[in-house]
Amino acid sequence: MKLREFIVPEAIVPELSASNRDEALRELVLALSGAGAVSPAAVDPIVAALIAREQGGSTGFGKGVAVPHVKHAAVKKMAGTIGRTAAGIDFTALDHQPVYTIVLLLSPENQPQQHLQAMNVVFSNLQKDMFRRFLRQSTNRASILELLEEADLGK
Amino acid sequence: MPTASRDIIVSNSLGLHARPAMQFVDTANRFHSRVTVSKGGEEPYEADGKSVMQMIILAATQGTPLRINADGDDAEAAVNSLAQLFADKFGEE
Repeated sequence: MKLREFIVPEAIVPELSASNRDEALRELVLALSGAGAVSPAAVDPIVAALIAREQGGSTGFGKGVAVPHVKHAAVKKMAGTIGRTAAGIDFTALDHQPVYTIVLLLSPENQPQQHLQAMNVVFSNLQKDMFRRFLRQSTNRASILELLEEADLGK
Repeated sequence: MPTASRDIIVSNSLGLHARPAMQFVDTANRFHSRVTVSKGGEEPYEADGKSVMQMIILAATQGTPLRINADGDDAEAAVNSLAQLFADKFGEE
């Protein structure tokens, strides 16, 4: 699987205006909704599910990245997006460090294999120091897309 | 240095997604032994059993065979505890 198979380009937020976790989750889901990836009516329940998921265990897995994700009945087709914050956001990450890059993934309820494949490609790339560094330094949508394209080719 | 390993099969329906991966790492961290989890097949991969990211990269779906390896003084106990998590389906279905 490739990143660009599920990352919705129009929903990428190069500079989040949110200053905390819950606002960031809402901003990214709204971006996905604005891009047509989820219906406007689904925004609230999905954000609530993402927050509940974080409360059950942070998806801030360390190294400045968080990967909030949820399987939800309101999601018809897997969709993801990326948000960046130069200031950093507290995600109660495992390493207690702020999060600068958020990769958000929404999956339908009945596709666990597809979900695991998407998580695989997200984390395979996030493991790479260069990918994380470039992602954190990419200040506009075009350069983020370029980075995703290179990552997909390299896989 | 004692070593131990155990072959298991992922049996919960959602597979080794983030929550079970974190539960595995939490348990692995209770032991001194180095822990790895290896997957064979078309895309073989060996994950550090104490790294959530690497455990998620395994992308182990229901039915995937995995091998848990431990290396250290408490290797046998570690493998027993970790294999039990899979036997209990991480508290899922």
